[in-house]
Amino acid sequence: MNELDYWTQQIKKGRINRREFMGRAAALGVTTALATSLLAREGIAATPKKGGSLKLGVGAGATTDSLDPATYPDNCTGLLGGSTGNQLAVIDAKGTITPDLAESFEPADDAKTWVFKLRKGVTFHNGKTVTSNDVLETYRHHMGEGSKSAAKSVLDPIADIKADGPETVVFSLKSGSADFPYITSDYHLPIMPAKDGGGVDWQSGIRTGAFILEHFEPGVSFKMKRNPNYYGTVWVDDCEVQTIADATARTNALTTGEIHFIDRCDLKTLDVITSSGDNTILEVTGYGHYVLPMFVDTPPFDNVDVRMALKYAVNREDILQKVFLGHGTPGNDNPIAPSVKYAFDPQPKFTYDPDKAKFHLKKAGHETLKVDLSTADTAFAGAIDACVLYQAHAKAAGIDINVVREPDDSYWNDVWLKKPWVASYWNGRPTCDWMFSTAYAKDAKWNDTHWKNPRFNELLVAARAETDDKKRAGMYQEMQQLLHDDGGLIVLMFNNYVSAHSKALAHGDVAANLEVDGMKLPQRWWFA
Amino acid sequence: MNAILRTVLQRLGLGIVTLIVVSALISGAMALLPSDFAQSILGQAATPDTVKAFREEIGLDRSPVVRYVDWLGGIVQGDFGTSYAGAGGQSGVRRAVADLIAPRLENTLFLAVMTAVFAVPLALILGMLAALYRNSLFDRTVNVVTLTSISSPEFFLAYILMLFFVSHWHIFPALARVDADTPFLERVYRCALPALTLLLVIVAHMMRMTRAAIINLLSSPYIEMARLKGISPRRIIFRHALPNAWAPIANVIAINLAYLVVGVVVVEFVFVYPGIGKLMVDSVIRKDIPVVQGCALIFAATYILLNLAADIVSIVTNPRLLHPR
Repeated sequence: MNELDYWTQQIKKGRINRREFMGRAAALGVTTALATSLLAREGIAATPKKGGSLKLGVGAGATTDSLDPATYPDNCTGLLGGSTGNQLAVIDAKGTITPDLAESFEPADDAKTWVFKLRKGVTFHNGKTVTSNDVLETYRHHMGEGSKSAAKSVLDPIADIKADGPETVVFSLKSGSADFPYITSDYHLPIMPAKDGGGVDWQSGIRTGAFILEHFEPGVSFKMKRNPNYYGTVWVDDCEVQTIADATARTNALTTGEIHFIDRCDLKTLDVITSSGDNTILEVTGYGHYVLPMFVDTPPFDNVDVRMALKYAVNREDILQKVFLGHGTPGNDNPIAPSVKYAFDPQPKFTYDPDKAKFHLKKAGHETLKVDLSTADTAFAGAIDACVLYQAHAKAAGIDINVVREPDDSYWNDVWLKKPWVASYWNGRPTCDWMFSTAYAKDAKWNDTHWKNPRFNELLVAARAETDDKKRAGMYQEMQQLLHDDGGLIVLMFNNYVSAHSKALAHGDVAANLEVDGMKLPQRWWFA
Repeated sequence: MNAILRTVLQRLGLGIVTLIVVSALISGAMALLPSDFAQSILGQAATPDTVKAFREEIGLDRSPVVRYVDWLGGIVQGDFGTSYAGAGGQSGVRRAVADLIAPRLENTLFLAVMTAVFAVPLALILGMLAALYRNSLFDRTVNVVTLTSISSPEFFLAYILMLFFVSHWHIFPALARVDADTPFLERVYRCALPALTLLLVIVAHMMRMTRAAIINLLSSPYIEMARLKGISPRRIIFRHALPNAWAPIANVIAINLAYLVVGVVVVEFVFVYPGIGKLMVDSVIRKDIPVVQGCALIFAATYILLNLAADIVSIVTNPRLLHPR
């Protein structure tokens, strides 16, 4: 690969932006005109233009899907919510939080209070103006006593929400949190119109977003047309998203030009997609990661040396290459993705080292070790293969891993959080605080390692309210180091989102926070 | 004629008993499955209090027996109940199971009828020709080709057809997407590949039964007699053998037609066809019990009715059964 190709790949992966690319190209002696045409060939056009009917095919989506954001289970409904609605804030392609339906947000009282000012004059698709009451009812829909919302525990830090006039919403938190606006960008939280007698109208699908929902057939497809009154930019005229569960069918639909974009490509047949020259692969390293969490209060995992032995006994690179064909980044037992603010790579880096594993095992007082590892492909596609490969790696260190295949159906209810060592998956979170509070704080509902480190928990509360950036970075660094050295999780890898699209489509920097360009693709992409 | 009426009424009565047994079995089996709708939708994000609230909202906090009796009470009044999924949009807050199933069933029946219209006559004609020219090159070729196609898994046949008709020759679309507004000819065009796949799967069975039934009859004394009278082989088969072969053929056709309605989920997945199979699979995965029950009833009823039809054909074509002493 020559250097120009390298930088072209980097910009496609969102690691550099357009301006940086032009600079690199100029340094290599490439004219601006040529650099622009290079980008256009890869689907990164300079000037977006309006028009066109966009058709996407996604693997997710089921007949049981609902328009209620409280029960959005996956990408398909997430994309629907992301295209038709807006949260108060949104995470941009750089991973920074920016106001969306809100015009601004300001902390007060040591970040214990957050004041969101709503964008003026925004209307719902039915013409009704968005007021603070709509925001209140939307949040109550997720937070209330009898709420069934998947976002309920995310909103736990909120003590109270009040309206201050029709355009201002004030959140009071239980404790100071400098990262609170990130929470409001959760994809379950698009603002919905309040109903007269209280509650929200989720049923109509009327939101504020770039597209107006025209037709929704759960598990089959949904159609949307551009919202002419939208406050932001939208390029395409209309968009249809189809559920195509079969990966081969998705590939075929793309290669025959019936649709313009597919997510979750079959990694083994990427060549088929690019061979005609009409389509290109888009690979994004997101926050999602594959993990093997163990209960640190259950023998033998209660001994930190046993945990160390297990961390050294796995060949992450080998698993990445053999099971995931290289589409990811090996983990280092730190759940914070490299692109997240304050991310840090703790040392020493865990690599496959049977001798070190043996050493730690001996230190823990074991000659050999026999442990059960529960797994199912529901945890993540390829989990069983990955665990079996780990089993082979660990043999060299005298560790006998018994891979237990669990049923897919009840995995999240009866295996994860219940059995001492399992395979699991995290979508990742856009901030250190959110990820740590979700899974590694002592009282976290999803603390799947039972890890309760006093220093870590002390830092977690302190860092949350700390507004000095430098001090905060130091705290998060220490926390990541603690988790790496003492925690009960093995991070196998950060998985790439591998999608493919027609070269007729063009896009700017691609967001990494969620799949399908942050679930905002229909709004952000255009026809070149 | 009395015999037919009696059979029909008797079988319909038994059919209703069968349906109740089937629904009870399905209901029991669903209760045995781990996890429920609330846990399945919330997945990794489930917490005990959200699951509890969800269960209360959709009535999953009641015992399975109470839910089943409730459901049965609705069915007796023609009410299939409502899905657990609150869809919203054009579908309303709670989708009625009947509204959910109707368009899907329509699609499935369209594909089944379209396939049957081509497959049944083709199988009968090939079967009779194979019997007429048995052990000839034609007979062997037809047998080898149909046996090969029936021995291949459906998805494999589907992918092969896709490779040529979609990827290489660009004749048909990759996705067989239809909705209520798709015009008839467009529908036929879009369904061509799934129909062709299904045709390849079912023709062999019917064709070989036709051939076997006729060949079997050809060795009976009355055919020998006809042959001695000097009647042409063609007339022997169409006039003398075929009428007596209808009973086994009708049975095989009924089984294959039932398969076209209840067993095509793989083909639906590969061609992204919105049929009832995918609806049922989705509902089983998410444990949307009312929808599963509704689909199961329809599938069971399909088998019962088609078997009944096959038996009626047997009776009508056999004077000994039609006029019993």
